[in-house]
Amino acid sequence: MVATDTPLGEEREAIGVELTFHWDCLVHLNIMAGKGRGVAAFTFNIEALGIGRGSMPEARVGPSPLFPHTDFKPVPLKYEEDDNYMLALKQEMRGTMQRRPHNIKPLNNKAVVERYTERYLKKIKVEDEEWTPDWNIFPKELMPQKKKTRPKTSAKKKSVKVTHKDAEAVLIKLDELAKKDDGTTENSDDEKEKKEKNEDEDELEEEAIDEEDIEEDNDYNESYFDNGEDFGAVSDDNMDGEATY
Amino acid sequence: MTASEVRLCGLLLREHFGEVVEKVGTHLLSNGPQNLRTIVNATGLPLDQVKKTLCVLMQQGACTFYSGRKGPGSPAEYCADRDRILRILRYPRYIYTAKTLYGDTGELIVEELLQRGHLPMSETVKTVADRLTQNMEEGQSMDYSEVSSSFSKLVETHFLQRCPPVGVEKKASSSDNPTPSSAEKTTPSSAESFSECYKVPHVTLIGRGKRPLVTEEGEEQRNAKKPRLDTQTHGDEAIYWQVNFERFHLHFRDQTIISAVANKLDQTSSEIVRTMLRMSEVTTSPLAPCTKPLSANEIFRSLPSSYNIQRQILDQYLSLLVDDPMEFVGKAGESGGGMFVVNLHRALANLARATLESVVQEKFGSRSARIFRLLLRTRHLEQKQVEDFAMIPAKEAKEMLYTLLSENLVQLQEVPKTPDYAPSRTFYLYTVNQLPTARMLLQNCYKSVGNLIERRLFETKESKRLLEKSQRIEAILASLQASGAEPEQLTEVEEMITAPEKQQLDALRLHVNKLDSAENQVDETIFLLESYIFTTMTTN
Repeated sequence: MVATDTPLGEEREAIGVELTFHWDCLVHLNIMAGKGRGVAAFTFNIEALGIGRGSMPEARVGPSPLFPHTDFKPVPLKYEEDDNYMLALKQEMRGTMQRRPHNIKPLNNKAVVERYTERYLKKIKVEDEEWTPDWNIFPKELMPQKKKTRPKTSAKKKSVKVTHKDAEAVLIKLDELAKKDDGTTENSDDEKEKKEKNEDEDELEEEAIDEEDIEEDNDYNESYFDNGEDFGAVSDDNMDGEATY
Repeated sequence: MTASEVRLCGLLLREHFGEVVEKVGTHLLSNGPQNLRTIVNATGLPLDQVKKTLCVLMQQGACTFYSGRKGPGSPAEYCADRDRILRILRYPRYIYTAKTLYGDTGELIVEELLQRGHLPMSETVKTVADRLTQNMEEGQSMDYSEVSSSFSKLVETHFLQRCPPVGVEKKASSSDNPTPSSAEKTTPSSAESFSECYKVPHVTLIGRGKRPLVTEEGEEQRNAKKPRLDTQTHGDEAIYWQVNFERFHLHFRDQTIISAVANKLDQTSSEIVRTMLRMSEVTTSPLAPCTKPLSANEIFRSLPSSYNIQRQILDQYLSLLVDDPMEFVGKAGESGGGMFVVNLHRALANLARATLESVVQEKFGSRSARIFRLLLRTRHLEQKQVEDFAMIPAKEAKEMLYTLLSENLVQLQEVPKTPDYAPSRTFYLYTVNQLPTARMLLQNCYKSVGNLIERRLFETKESKRLLEKSQRIEAILASLQASGAEPEQLTEVEEMITAPEKQQLDALRLHVNKLDSAENQVDETIFLLESYIFTTMTTN
């Protein structure tokens, strides 16, 4: 590679530019050396590089084509017995892997009416749809969490689903604190709650709290502070029942 | 982790495990080890899907977890393994090798283990026996003991190994009990450090393979509701087995050397080299640069009986092999009629060099290849010297050199005569470095395979409607045949696909086969270059 860590004289820069690997740089060199006279004149003896004046390649007139012409066609593929067998293996494996439970399809709304054809396609499905990993060798935090039923509260308030027992006590406490106009106490309490919750391994699953219609008597939004409980939780409206594999 | 590698890994994950796994996998590959919350945030996927994905990746061995870097209280971090994901490209080759070595049973065992990641022995044996029974004739079934013996053979020759236990406190070798504990925050050890790695557990598996029951549709629904209770436990539930890729790679390396000798010299020399490699299979460590020295007497005795050549001829062949410029076989001494070794690393280096030369030849023509070979052998040459030694006229030589330079296959080295680097007083020498060029070619290979996969996905997407239609028709045909329909009905259904559509389908199939085949064959080059780079890095 051209060494570029030495002080560059103009000549050297010219050479450096020339010997980087594009034809158009040679044109650049021409322009630099010619300085607008329009004639290719170099400041050094070009013969030393072994390039004659007449053997300059043509200048490039635009970006290189997306699919350049190849003078040489590629060598044909092998079609021996082993290769054919491996080809069949590969396609078969791709098909089976796509039907296994490992293959996780993105959530999409299933059509209400089952299409006629799907009845036939279902017969091909692999039997063992359920796969449970061995939790002895996998980290516990990857286990699917059981969902508890939502606690029923008043109609106006949106319920907050928590699996921790004293979370409701926290809510009540927050309500009380919200009635006071003491903003700093609320802040520190929230942070304490945040730390407690984050240290638990159980993830709290929550709905996003609707900020508008919580407390009518004061303007103070108790969920004004983002106390980190929505961190990573996403609305689970589409899931019914337990998450299975 | 280059962009082309990440892209290829993503495409492989998408094809085999779905788009969700692809998203999580590529995120982990490009951003290093992360914990669960960060992954959920960054990918924007729902939490339970991310959990499932990580379980799938760990089941396949593509992802490992370890305790967080911030101390004992921090959450576990997950790290994706790029090499393991790239191996997916080579699965057909592994399965085919198992078939050639151990027959259909071996092939199915390896296939099950590759598809499911890791499995206990009992489950593998049962599933394979069931599959073999399905393909046998009515009334026959496969005995579990046959499958178990194939399994044991695979383990003895180290093609299968136990998964390393998770959560063992100290060094794994001290523990005699292979069942892992449930602590999830400790580091898993590598497979080889586990001394029980290749020990087959004592499992009594008595039984035969079962055929799947052909039932009515109503019964199927009922059966689906009942969980599959397999009340037999065999005592090896916690011992998981996985495929040992390194052993397969050693085997591939040996195969490549043997076939190279066969191509360059003749069949008999390749048999001699095959015998030498077989004799030193167990005595050579995986990273050794050459096999242990073997005397000509030993080789003579171990040759297969079908090749009854005389002792003198064997000696001549051996001296021919030693003199060959590819340096497959070297002479290490004179005792016992001559001590010979197979130079593994040097053979790999020479094979990689031949690959590079052939790439230049196919892309730029034989004259450019001549210049390239010249520069490989004689390290630094000036422009004038290149023209003279390659015996190519000056103008053409210049053009070819500049083309190679622009493709980065050839590099320029400046040697100044004066400290001010004046161009008129500097030597400009052309040179080729084999290792960086091999790396560059390897990246090109990854990019090619990525392009091939994308093109195949594009082609199938274009004809998606047609493919679905043909699938439906096949399914209808199958169900009609099963319920016993008349030939007229069958032909009527078959005619639902019109002739031009059939042509289109055939053309599509041809294209997809070609692209798949090309992927397999590029993978052979990838294997060679990867082995060369790895062995050169470990020896330096």
